[in-house]
Amino acid sequence: MKSDRLLKRLREILPAEAILSEREDLNPYESDGLTAFRQLPLLVVLPETEAQVQQILRLCHAEAVPVVARGAGTGLSGGALPLANGVLLSLAKFSRILHIDPLARTARLQPGVRNLAISEASAQYGLYYAPDPSSQIVCSIGGNVAENSGGVHCLKYGLTVNNILALRVITIEGEILEIGSPALDSAGYDVLALMTGSEGLLGVITEVTVKLLPKPERAQVLLAGFDSVEKAGAAVARIISAGIIPAGLEMMDRLAIRAAEDFVHAGYPLDVEAILLCELDGVNEEVSEEIKRVHTILQMAGATTLRTAQNESERLKFWAGRKAAFPAVGRLAPDYYCMDGTIPRKRLAEVLRRIHEYSAHYGLRVANVFHAGDGNLHPLILYDANQPSELARAEAFGAKILELCVEVGGTITGEHGVGVEKIDQMCVQFIPRELALFHALKKAWDAQNLLNPGKAVPTLHRCAEYGAMHVHHGQAKFPDVPRF
Amino acid sequence: MQTLLDHYSETIRLAATRQRSLRIRGSGSKDFYGGAPLGDVLDISGYHGIVDYAPEELVLTARAGALLHEIEAVLSDQGQMLPFEPPHFGPRATLGGCVAAGLSGPRRASSGAVRDFVLGVRMMNGLGETLRFGGQVMKNVAGYDVSRLMAGSLGTLGLLLEVSLKVLPKPKAEATLQFEMNEYQALEAMNRWGGKPYPISATCYHDHVLTIRLSGAHSAIQATHTQLGGQLMVAGDAFWHSIREQTSRFFREASPLWRVSLPSTATLQIPGTQLIEWGGALRWLYTEEDGVKVRAVAEQVRGQATLFRSNTKPKMIFHPLPHPLLQVHQRMKRAFDPQGIFNIGRMYPDF
Repeated sequence: MKSDRLLKRLREILPAEAILSEREDLNPYESDGLTAFRQLPLLVVLPETEAQVQQILRLCHAEAVPVVARGAGTGLSGGALPLANGVLLSLAKFSRILHIDPLARTARLQPGVRNLAISEASAQYGLYYAPDPSSQIVCSIGGNVAENSGGVHCLKYGLTVNNILALRVITIEGEILEIGSPALDSAGYDVLALMTGSEGLLGVITEVTVKLLPKPERAQVLLAGFDSVEKAGAAVARIISAGIIPAGLEMMDRLAIRAAEDFVHAGYPLDVEAILLCELDGVNEEVSEEIKRVHTILQMAGATTLRTAQNESERLKFWAGRKAAFPAVGRLAPDYYCMDGTIPRKRLAEVLRRIHEYSAHYGLRVANVFHAGDGNLHPLILYDANQPSELARAEAFGAKILELCVEVGGTITGEHGVGVEKIDQMCVQFIPRELALFHALKKAWDAQNLLNPGKAVPTLHRCAEYGAMHVHHGQAKFPDVPRF
Repeated sequence: MQTLLDHYSETIRLAATRQRSLRIRGSGSKDFYGGAPLGDVLDISGYHGIVDYAPEELVLTARAGALLHEIEAVLSDQGQMLPFEPPHFGPRATLGGCVAAGLSGPRRASSGAVRDFVLGVRMMNGLGETLRFGGQVMKNVAGYDVSRLMAGSLGTLGLLLEVSLKVLPKPKAEATLQFEMNEYQALEAMNRWGGKPYPISATCYHDHVLTIRLSGAHSAIQATHTQLGGQLMVAGDAFWHSIREQTSRFFREASPLWRVSLPSTATLQIPGTQLIEWGGALRWLYTEEDGVKVRAVAEQVRGQATLFRSNTKPKMIFHPLPHPLLQVHQRMKRAFDPQGIFNIGRMYPDF
């Protein structure tokens, strides 16, 4: 369909200012949080009512125009990367908190509501929304659902999928579906789980109902330094084996520690190979008991430094270093590439050793930040996009890390999603008949493949090509050619 | 075990060719649940055993025919548990049946449901192909979340072969408290306390008594008991077991038992006897009213009703789905099971 005809039809649905078609207006939408990938969309639409979204989808369905939905655009895998022949559907105007029910502990939200805004609005009732991705100041709840976002408290409080109750979703055909319910379960298949993390391929979310939790009475954090990554990893296993589920359990390696310390002066020891941050929360008496037990465990595990935050401001200071780890590492090089694999925790030492070997091989430095409680590893690869071939090397290095994660029994993405970034590694994690089932499921929702096509699930053809490229020592044949 | 897998695959392929329905069965402990099982029995009980269990990783992987009580015993030896406290409804209940039925016990409101703890599955689709989704790690967003979709699908999407579950440490201590109050007060208390950081792990209201269970450190339980008051119940464990397995007196009636799932603060206005669980979000109901009425009343408060136990099996056991959602269900069913052979009629009349 000609874009001017599409434009004309869209103007029947939306006011003029809610349709962007000039190049300078489209520029801000050319990428999401994964800026290495850029593409201008055909058009951007900014609806503000559910009826408008429904009409836009019906139109795009009738005219076979692809649609990419976008929340705050903070995603790290290119899930909201526009398509040259597609409409970018921004949900930025859906930013209202519709209702908070303090007694039932639920919040009904439009998809553009910021993650942190939910907890801020619930704080007056002593409640909060648990998943806290590091971009929580800006990222939106709709995007969180699309990616099944995590954060630093997943071991104890779960991911997005464990903390939402219901969705309103519009299919590409314009049907409005109520998925899940304000009760704890609903009839039929668990479509709520299927929708969560489906990266905008199955439907467009127009409303989210989340669970709110009571704020713990007390939270306390311990900081421990170790002279080897192995010892820090063993300490994690001992804490879990002792029957303790920390609210947060984070590990950083030497380069990450140094970067964070230089950046925010969190008070981290600099003469160690790894630090562990262990936060315990709950009823006051229970936290006191567990702090003592964890202290003993960390001592026995060989911690060379061991400190308990003495007050709330010190607790926040300990966390400030961890939370600033990405930007802190970002100061060490012009660019960094953030990876997101998950591994069984017991394989940590081996995985880190091999990452360091790859680092030497590719000639690129790497800092490691690890959600140690749930096995989610974020290696940050440092590179300079202005140096020829460094981006391609960083991508090849990243691909090796992800394949290593699969090899040790883990996964290519823990919380950032597949998007366009890890689409080739999907061919490593899944065999063709599993991918075929994903495609069949997609077809059950979107027969014409119009919602976010080309993301999340690779075609079998693509995997065949990737496999063929792959035979030469795992090196892609044309490392300098960007692969989308 | 490979021989068994070959046998399952062959049976499925043959059934698909002949378009004959297969009825997946572990021990039959949940035969009462859902539509009447039809077709030739595909017995999964021989495919049993724990495949992998690493207590420090909090992950257990077992085959679908593994006995639930054996899994729980192995976990208990390491001080761990299945956090969703699944009801067994029979001595030889299997893991596969537990996940397929998707039923969770008293701890559900505080810890989560079966689906919240499913990390990965190995399964056979309607073509007899073995597929693997998810894994043995807690954070995994690669591909659609097929493993969680399997939980509660009543075997209609495929044959579960193996399931990986997140497990958790058992609480250090537990105590059960009882309070005399009316239903209105009980619903108010359950919801109000649910909004406070109390270590409440189960709730049950019936016949003017609210029973709650506290789980955690001794000191935390004591502190909470002091704040909330209530009578300490001596045989707390036996009480919760009788609710979980539905052996308490309330569940021994001969008349049809409804399971109504609704928002925790809602009032279910219908004549009959109720037992309330899950902080108010689950109501077990005996009533003289017919199914249409029960469902209409549940829908008014944005809930849904299942005919949980009944001597007669009407066409609709589960709450009817709105038309567009039903269509999506039918298409998803075909994606897994193109010939429509698995557990036809177990969930909805035509799939």
